[in-house]
Amino acid sequence: MTVPAPPPDRETAGRSDLAIDVRGLNKSFGGRHVVQDVSLGVAAGRICGFLGPNGSGKTTTLRMICGLLSADSGEGSVLGLDFRRQSEAVKRQTGYMTQKFSLYEDLSIEENLKFVARVYGLDRRRERVRESLERLGLTNRRAQLAGSLSGGWKQRLALAAATLHEPRLLLLDEPTAGVDPKARRDFWDEIHALAAQGLTVLVSTHYMDEAERCHEIAYIVYGRLIARGTAEEVIAGSHLVTFLAEGPRADRLGHELAGKPGVLDVAPFGQSLHVSGVDRAALEAAIAPFRREPFHWREVAPSLEDVFIRLMDQAPDNFA
Amino acid sequence: MNGFLLRTFAVLAKEFTQLTRDRLTYAMILVLPIVQLLLFGYAINNDPKHLPTAVLVQDQGRFSRSILSALKQTDYFDFCQTVRSPSELDRLVENGQAQFALTIPADFSRRLVRHDKAQILVEADATDPAATGNALAALATLPTQALSHDLAGALAPPPGGAPPFEVVVHRRYNPENITAVNIVPGLLGVILSMTLVMMTSLAVTRERERGTMESLLATPVRPIEVMVGKLAPYVIVGLVQAGIILLLARALFDVPMVGGWTAFVLGLFLFIVGSLALGFLISTVAKTQLQAMQMSFFYIMPSILLSGFMFPFAGMPKWAQAIGSAIPVTHFLRIVRGSLLKGEGLDGSLPSLMSLTLFVTIATGLALARYNTRLD
Repeated sequence: MTVPAPPPDRETAGRSDLAIDVRGLNKSFGGRHVVQDVSLGVAAGRICGFLGPNGSGKTTTLRMICGLLSADSGEGSVLGLDFRRQSEAVKRQTGYMTQKFSLYEDLSIEENLKFVARVYGLDRRRERVRESLERLGLTNRRAQLAGSLSGGWKQRLALAAATLHEPRLLLLDEPTAGVDPKARRDFWDEIHALAAQGLTVLVSTHYMDEAERCHEIAYIVYGRLIARGTAEEVIAGSHLVTFLAEGPRADRLGHELAGKPGVLDVAPFGQSLHVSGVDRAALEAAIAPFRREPFHWREVAPSLEDVFIRLMDQAPDNFA
Repeated sequence: MNGFLLRTFAVLAKEFTQLTRDRLTYAMILVLPIVQLLLFGYAINNDPKHLPTAVLVQDQGRFSRSILSALKQTDYFDFCQTVRSPSELDRLVENGQAQFALTIPADFSRRLVRHDKAQILVEADATDPAATGNALAALATLPTQALSHDLAGALAPPPGGAPPFEVVVHRRYNPENITAVNIVPGLLGVILSMTLVMMTSLAVTRERERGTMESLLATPVRPIEVMVGKLAPYVIVGLVQAGIILLLARALFDVPMVGGWTAFVLGLFLFIVGSLALGFLISTVAKTQLQAMQMSFFYIMPSILLSGFMFPFAGMPKWAQAIGSAIPVTHFLRIVRGSLLKGEGLDGSLPSLMSLTLFVTIATGLALARYNTRLD
C-alpha cells in the first residue's frame, strides 16, 4: 500500500535545509484577497510560530501549504517537493491538525488511530497504534468514543493522529485553543520533543507565551506577512519604547493618556499600565504630567503583545 | 403579558431571519408547493385512458370494423399496432409495449350471424390493476351496443335474448387482480431509493458538516477511493433490504416470482449503484445534512408519483411520462414487474437496463467531476 515518495525535484527545490520554502503565495475568495504575496521559509527541525489577528489568513496559508487549498499564484517547495504539483507526495509526509477537532467522534480512540494508519497505508499498523495509545496514556480507555473526551484529551489524540505516520512536517492550526494551562504545557513539551527529532513545525496561535516558546515567529496581518524572526528580533525591529506605570489604580491613567501625541498604545495589566510609542521624546513628554505620587514609572522591554498590537494598527486593513 | 409577547416576537423574528439565510430551504418552501401541485395535479390520473392496445383481426369484415371503432370511442383503447399472429400479440404484451391485446377470431362473423356464441378476446396486462380496471369495466356495454346498427332487420338478435356476442377477458400475470402483487415489487424500488439516496447524501455531508472532511482531505486518500469506500457499505445495505422485501413479498403477500432472475439481479445492481451515485452527487451540492435531506426528498416525491408505482404510467400526459422516464425507479419497476411477475428474460428488460446504465454513467460522472479533493 505504501507508495514511496518521488525524489525531490532538483529544478524546483530551494535551499535544501528549508522544510518550507514558499514564495509569493496569493489566495482570494470571491474578491477578498485573503493571502497576499506571502513568502515563508522554515528551516528543518525548527518550530515556527504563525501569529496574526483572526481572519488574517493563517488557516488559509496552512491549508495551501498542505494542499487542502490550491493557491491562486505562488511557487516553492515543501519538504523539497513542488507543493503545488506534488501535493499528494507532500500530504504523505505532512501531519495537519485542524483548528476544530476533526476526528470521528462516533469512533473510539483506537478506531480513529486505526483508520489513520490505514489511510496512510502504514506498515506495522497494530504496533504503531498500540505504541501511540501507550504514549498517550490511553491504553485503558482505547474503546472510549473520541467524542466523549475532554478538550485537552481530544487535542492530544488529534496530535497523536497527525503524527502517527511519522511526518517530516507538522502543521498545527491553533492547537491549544480552549485547553487548560497544564495540558498546554504538556503539549508544547511534546512539540519540542518532536522537533528535537528533526520534525519541522509550523504552528498558528494567539497566545503570546506560546509564541515565545517557538524558535521563530512569523506575523501575518490582513493577508500580508509583516514581521519575521526570533521573538527578540521582532521586538527589536519594532523600535517600540514601553513604559510601565505602577501604583494604586495606575490602570485608570489609560483614559487620560490614550490619544496623546506620541502615545500609540495603552494597555492596563491588572493595576499597572503599559504605555508604548516609537518616538521616545514625545512619549516621555506625554507621560511627564503623570510622573507623580503615588505612581512609579519605569521603562520596560516591550512585550510581544505590545509589538503585535502596534504592528496590527500600522497595517492597512484592506478588507475594511 | 407585554413581556410575553415581546419575548415571543423576539424568537419569532429570529426564526424568520434564519429561515431566509438558508437559501435552499427558502427556495424549497416557496418552490416545492408550486412545482408539486402543478406536476402532480396535472400528471396524475387515476382513470388512465388511451392505453396502448395491440390488435389481431382474423376476420376482416364490417362487424370487426364496428367493434374496433366502438372500442376506440370509449377513449380507453388506442390501437398502437396491428399484428398478424397470436405469438406477435403475446410478445407485445409481455415486453409491456401493449397493455391490452384484442383478438377477433376468424369465425366471428359466421357465429355472429348464426347466433352461435360469437366471442372476442381481450387480454389485459393486469400487473397493475389500477391501470386496467376502468378500461375493462368499459367493455361491459360493448356487446349490446357496438353492433346495434349492423345487426338490424333479419340479423337483429331476438328481443330479450342474450347479447349478440361475448367479450372474454383474460387478466394475465395477476389473474385475481390483487393490488399487492403490483405494489409490493414496486415498493422494492421506492424503499431502496429512499434509504440509499438519503443515506449516501447524508454520509458525505456529515463529514463536511462535522469538519472531519478537512482531516480526511489532508491525508493521501484519493476522490475515487473516498467514493468507492463510502458507497460500498450501502450496496450491501441495499442488497439486504432487497432480500428482506422479497422474502416478505413471497411469505406474506404471495407475490408470484416466476423467473427472469438474470434481468432482475442485473437491474437491482444497476439501480443500487445509480441511487448511490445520485446520493453522492447530492452530497457534493448540499452544504448541510438538512439540505441533503431536502434534495433527497425532492427526488423521492416524483419517484413515488411519476414512476408508475402509485399511479399508472400510461395514464400520465406525455410530458409527465418524459419526466418519469428520467427517473431510475421507473425503469427499475419495469424490470421488476417484467421479470418477477411475467418471467421476462434479458432481452425484454433490455431497454430498461440500458436506461439504468445510462443513468449510472451520468450520475457517477457528474459526482466524480464535482467531488473536490480540496476545500475550495
